[in-house]
Amino acid sequence: MGATRLQTKAKPEICKESIPMPKQSVEERTRNFNEVALGYTKEQAVAEAKRCLQCPQPKCMEGCPVEIDIPSFIKSVSEFKFDEAIKKIKEKNSLPAICGRVCPQEEQCQENCVLGKVGDPISIGRLERFAADCEMTKGKDIPNTKASTGKKVAVIGAGPAGLTAAADLAKLGHRVFVFEALHKPGGVLVYGIPEFRLPKKIVEAEADYIKRLGVTIKPNALIGRAFTIPELLKKGFDAVFIGTGAGLPRFLGIPGENLSGIYSANEFLIRVNLMKSYAFPEYDTPIRIGKKVVVIGAGNVAMDSARSALRLGAEKVYIVYRRSRKEMPARVEEIENAEEEGIVFKLLTNPIRFFGDEKGWVKQMECIKMKLGEPDKSGRRRPIPIEGSEFLMDVDTAIIAIGRTPNPIIQLTTKGLRATKWGTIVVDEKTEKTSLEGVYAGGDIVTGEATVISAMGAGKSAARAIHEYIMKK
Amino acid sequence: MYKIVAIQTLAPQTKLIIVHAPEVAEKAQAGQFVILRVDERGERIPLTLVDWKPKNGTIVLIFQEVGVSTKKLGSLNVNEELFDVVGPLGNPSDIKYYGTAVVIGGGVGIAPCLPIATALQKVGNEVISILGARNEKLLILEEEMKRVSTKVHISTDDGSKGHKGFVSDILKSLIEKGNSIDVVYAIGPSVMMRAVAEVTRSHKIKTIVSLNPIMVDGMGMCGACRVSVGGKVKFACVDGPEFDAHQVDFDQLIKRQQAFIAEENLALEHIEKHGGN
Repeated sequence: MGATRLQTKAKPEICKESIPMPKQSVEERTRNFNEVALGYTKEQAVAEAKRCLQCPQPKCMEGCPVEIDIPSFIKSVSEFKFDEAIKKIKEKNSLPAICGRVCPQEEQCQENCVLGKVGDPISIGRLERFAADCEMTKGKDIPNTKASTGKKVAVIGAGPAGLTAAADLAKLGHRVFVFEALHKPGGVLVYGIPEFRLPKKIVEAEADYIKRLGVTIKPNALIGRAFTIPELLKKGFDAVFIGTGAGLPRFLGIPGENLSGIYSANEFLIRVNLMKSYAFPEYDTPIRIGKKVVVIGAGNVAMDSARSALRLGAEKVYIVYRRSRKEMPARVEEIENAEEEGIVFKLLTNPIRFFGDEKGWVKQMECIKMKLGEPDKSGRRRPIPIEGSEFLMDVDTAIIAIGRTPNPIIQLTTKGLRATKWGTIVVDEKTEKTSLEGVYAGGDIVTGEATVISAMGAGKSAARAIHEYIMKK
Repeated sequence: MYKIVAIQTLAPQTKLIIVHAPEVAEKAQAGQFVILRVDERGERIPLTLVDWKPKNGTIVLIFQEVGVSTKKLGSLNVNEELFDVVGPLGNPSDIKYYGTAVVIGGGVGIAPCLPIATALQKVGNEVISILGARNEKLLILEEEMKRVSTKVHISTDDGSKGHKGFVSDILKSLIEKGNSIDVVYAIGPSVMMRAVAEVTRSHKIKTIVSLNPIMVDGMGMCGACRVSVGGKVKFACVDGPEFDAHQVDFDQLIKRQQAFIAEENLALEHIEKHGGN
């Protein structure tokens, strides 16, 4: 009997292949800073959404750090109900146009997608982006917020963690002030991720949405120098959230690294993205890019740097990485984009010194070949130098993209705030509460450099804990 | 928001502006700086604070109109607003009683010396100042420095005022004459600071310089302002801007300061052709 029942139940038709995302052609895109991925059309989005099996116990949701009801929003898209789709997403995620573009969905929601076992998983990120972009082109809604609680919260840092915490707290009826040290909100979204991957007008629009929730964003406010956290608490804030990120560049520490023409990825990307030096001299901040550019590192920041250098007119751009392809930390999609655009990968290669010309400008880099040994603590095989394999590369620009460390200013200027020897702030894992009463922290400042979405997840749980704390106060 | 309250021309191409920036004024200390932007397309310009009045919510900045950004800044009028001002940035000077302090300012570098000399004098130091400029017309803040110094020496490159030569010559002769000096502060062009460091090195006189490498964010994020101090990499914006002069690799600093000269000239040409914006 059971068997016949199963047979009569309509089996969903499985469509194994996902709808590809239209992209700018390689030829075109390497000559401009416009967004590479162009987004789905309505028809493409609906067709992709219809592939979703609408699992009764959706695995995808388990992979989402901000708990989006993924099957519901996809169902709405499949029924052409785009407004409903974005409403559903925004219940949980205040920055969907950003997440749809830069989240590593292949390691999160999409990794869990049941369809992935037989073919391509649902393109959840692309659909999220589609729903968010649809809303953006339509106009602005005034989101629902709860009645004012009369409580005031200070959020330090207008990056992914801070903006998410701010949005969630505002929705709960609290008065929120976000203090941002730079002149624009967005954090890594504006200074780090390039225009061609995340257009700055998208970040602006998302920040505007957060302002419409009633949040006040104060740029040019470096907490620790202008005001300290104890002063904020004294000034009447009921709680403080620290989301100051990992914005300090790491250098290689090898001879010649201070030659001109050697940038930290941060300096290079801040000039290009935040200061728009790709439009120099229409914008005042210069960037100099040589003919042969080498980027050290193989994470997303390295890919962003290499692809930016190419767009600025470099003739040849190399990625130099000491491990092999398998260990590269960048998203597969970004590695593929970089390769398509002609970035050359020099793997199992480690720089050991730079040489400069008489003016102090870098002209050569000495490298050594590496091989992989036993796995280290990170689980990745440890690179070992091959003796006698040293060689020289001609380079006139080098970009160091080997990671970023936490911003130290808050830790240095806040007495009693516990930090680790790596400079990250110590918090309770569930509540993101620090060693100081009423002070919470989340994102890269707690975990060290990670993803936009994990920072947003932390902002979310901190907002929940802060709400509980201040309502009891 | 950051309204310009007053403007004064101190010397050819050298201006003083008073800007409304109450949060900076409230917290400022000698030795710290701000970063400002003139307009939406502007560079982030670091300028050391010269004075501040928490009561009025104002800060005083002095700059030389040399590049596109400072020319734009110099073209603003009273009641116009700066686009952005952030600060105070950097570590304050280590102001304490040393005994006799020699404060040396070169060119527009005299401006950041004023709050340091003022603070040093306030805590009981005897302040001797040495001010240098290319010529008499470019010499700024002489009267203000006199008010906080027991003696002010002057040198000009062309001899139009005071000693003909360099500030380091005067320092050398002060030391040779047997003046006891407990600390030297020197702020100005890097070659001047290097010369001062060389004079005091053999006499083991504590010498502090305030460095002005290329900077972008000014908060420790970009590393453009990295300098070698005692063989270690330091960021002038968050580890400085003041360092022990005897530990600074000035040759490297000077080379790094030249990194964008070609672009700076290009920008000047562009602004001449197209005007500001």
